[in-house]
Amino acid sequence: MARLPAARPSRAWALWVGAGFAALLLWSWQGTGVDLASLFGREGLRQIAVYVRKLFPPDLSAAALSAAGAGAVETFAISLIGSLLAVAIALPMSLLATRTLLYRGILFEGRRLHPGARAVRLGFYAAGKAALNVLRTIPEIVWALIFVFVVGLGPFPGVLALGVHTGGVLGKLFGEVLEDVDPAPLEALQATGASRVRILIYGVLPQALPQFVSYALYRWEVNIRAAAVLGFVGAGGLGQRIYVAISLFHEQELMTLILAIYAIVTLVDALSAYLRSRLV
Amino acid sequence: MYELSGVRKVFADGSVALDGISLTVGRGEHVAFIGPSGAGKTTLFRILNLTLRPTAGRLVFEGQDASGLSDAALRRARTRIGTIYQQQNLVGRLRVVHNVLAGNLGRWSTLEAAASLVRPRSAGQAATALERVGIPEKLYARTDELSGGQQQRVAIARVLVQDPDVLLADEPVSSVDPSLAVTIVSLLRDLSHESQKTLLMNLHSVELALHYFPRVVGIRDGRVRFDLAPEKVSGELLAELYAGDRDEEQALERFQDGKNPFGGACRPLPGFGA
Amino acid sequence: MARIPSAAPADRFPASGRRSRFPYLLTAILAASVVYSLRAAQVDPRRFFEGDVLANVARFVRGALPPELSREFLGLMLRPALETVQISVMGTAIAVLIGIPLGLLATSSLTWRGVLHERASRAGRWGLGFVPYALARAALSVFRSIPEYVWAFMFVRAVGLGPFPGVLAIGVAYGGMLGKVYSEILESMNPRPLETLHAAGASRLGVVLYGLVPQALPNVVAYTLYRWECAIRASAILGFVGAGGLGQQIELSMRMFQFNEVLTLLAVLFVLVAAVDFASARIRARLA
Repeated sequence: MARLPAARPSRAWALWVGAGFAALLLWSWQGTGVDLASLFGREGLRQIAVYVRKLFPPDLSAAALSAAGAGAVETFAISLIGSLLAVAIALPMSLLATRTLLYRGILFEGRRLHPGARAVRLGFYAAGKAALNVLRTIPEIVWALIFVFVVGLGPFPGVLALGVHTGGVLGKLFGEVLEDVDPAPLEALQATGASRVRILIYGVLPQALPQFVSYALYRWEVNIRAAAVLGFVGAGGLGQRIYVAISLFHEQELMTLILAIYAIVTLVDALSAYLRSRLV
Repeated sequence: MYELSGVRKVFADGSVALDGISLTVGRGEHVAFIGPSGAGKTTLFRILNLTLRPTAGRLVFEGQDASGLSDAALRRARTRIGTIYQQQNLVGRLRVVHNVLAGNLGRWSTLEAAASLVRPRSAGQAATALERVGIPEKLYARTDELSGGQQQRVAIARVLVQDPDVLLADEPVSSVDPSLAVTIVSLLRDLSHESQKTLLMNLHSVELALHYFPRVVGIRDGRVRFDLAPEKVSGELLAELYAGDRDEEQALERFQDGKNPFGGACRPLPGFGA
Repeated sequence: MARIPSAAPADRFPASGRRSRFPYLLTAILAASVVYSLRAAQVDPRRFFEGDVLANVARFVRGALPPELSREFLGLMLRPALETVQISVMGTAIAVLIGIPLGLLATSSLTWRGVLHERASRAGRWGLGFVPYALARAALSVFRSIPEYVWAFMFVRAVGLGPFPGVLAIGVAYGGMLGKVYSEILESMNPRPLETLHAAGASRLGVVLYGLVPQALPNVVAYTLYRWECAIRASAILGFVGAGGLGQQIELSMRMFQFNEVLTLLAVLFVLVAAVDFASARIRARLA
């Protein structure tokens, strides 16, 4: 996050950026056909009002509530298992994305790496980074489509989609944490004759763990929202029911489901904040 | 024990930390190194404990040329060298017992090391070591909750557990109060005396060096300026060693909360900055 | 044997740490919910080894290679790609329009608590300060807790297909996030300058403009740019529910099993995201 600027950027630079953004905004405005006037005009507001009125009151029949409850539980389960899978993928992958464990930095100053070994390690790093980039770039909903195609409908492809995409995100973040740990204790451990694996266990991971937990919890918050959507493409959870409700114009049932999403998202946010305060 | 000839170290940024150091240290010898800040003493110690490779020159440890050692041989050699740092270089989030038992990492297998983090393998050994440094009650305390002086004792306890043949102490007392400094220096001296360990120590304090060590090496600008018995170290030699630097050195102490502008090997204190 | 005298009167038998029951309880609850979730999410790795999974993977990979690179297809995809950028920009702009006023109202130090309000009457603080504050907080919470895809789905119903509902969805959902973070940034600002301005007789608006904005601006801009990076990812996906952009094309190609087109579209998406990340990171670095 940015701090106060140390030296003020020059005026000309700020002007160029400002002009660039203004042009970008105008171009986007024209391209997206945003028509705020008509949206907030008499007709637009009337339409919105009509739609909102249809949403109320939410459908609180036993059937609707149990459907929303089951969907909420399933969504929670997808987000939780998906996030755990992501951590399981990210932990080993992040080691490949950490230069200071592979070929440079304090652990590699005692002896020159054989050029061949160094090239191999550079290759590992490049491959690890590239793999994480691929996992991360493909959005979770596209992963969900792919896994639905591969293993069939249901919440399981949703879990896989969240796990794989988030694994890419966390792998990158974990790698950055590992590279950032204080090197002084590592130097001391190295001086006792410890191997790099043992230095990793005793010096690097204990320092990195709180950040790992914090990032994983943060992604869980993101994943509960994503899990609520994967159902749109057939990967289980509340999304599937929302898709049906919207498609069949069951607006009151839709409202119930939206309340369920709101409840479960709020619950996970609170849980995550609580765990963070206890564990980090 | 050690034979150095023409050891040079040039860092990636082009700064010359060591400029041709030649030195022989025999088994069981006690040697103090003094000199102004930025003279290259810390770099020299990192080369002596085999975690930093010299740019040029020869380093022979126990008859083996260090540059010819494999990774595994290098680690075996390091288990015989114990290092105590200026800052304690401990892992703050681990309990004291694990930081002390880390002295075993060169002996334990990776599996044993990992298992010990769950259930300490030889808590008795750690307790004995802590008792010898005077803080047995801190065995299960979180390391970052200890004071600076207590952490320095933990670092010494780790070296006791490691039980090396050579003890390198890099400014071990510059972050503790003066009365404790005397205690720690004499403790390290007595410990290495009774088990016939070689002891090399970087010292900020000329007084401690002259009082406790039979051999004193003055280093400045990456070179050995003198290598004498303490009674032969004259006022003129010391004045020359610190010429123009004494004041600056005092001023430099204020930098310790951030980056040391001298010497690429010096890193920020743990807990400050990066 | 040499010894350093103990620093503290020695407690000869150190207790092995605090023994609270909480960690065990927490672990048990977590383990139980994981086990339950494994069943609820129907996790079943055996499904990977059932008959057609490998065949499906092979079909997918074979279908995806080589990617579709014909000039005609790329030409057709230019428009949705640009549309994705446009949706993200407009969506972020609307999110800022929503986030600033709600964020200001949701800042307790501006509305009802702290140095600016010590002389206000109790009734005034509650009626004019706390009530709008609580309403703004609630609105922000609702906006950001409903995922942008659900918003998009509803807006498609309300205003029809195309990029416009996508813009609104990002605007509302990200407006909620921006408003919350803006208020957090404002709360964390040093109150001294505000106090001084207030004491000098400045109006509420004057205090905001001269005391808060200059302090908070770098953080506010940096966070907004960060949200823009997220918005481009979101806008690429909103098309799945009919809200324009690349997502619509990806879904179409996926449904028609044109995996080579999917691969190309993902590559295009990658380039767009990387470009926006780069631009945003450059600007943020200049601000930092």
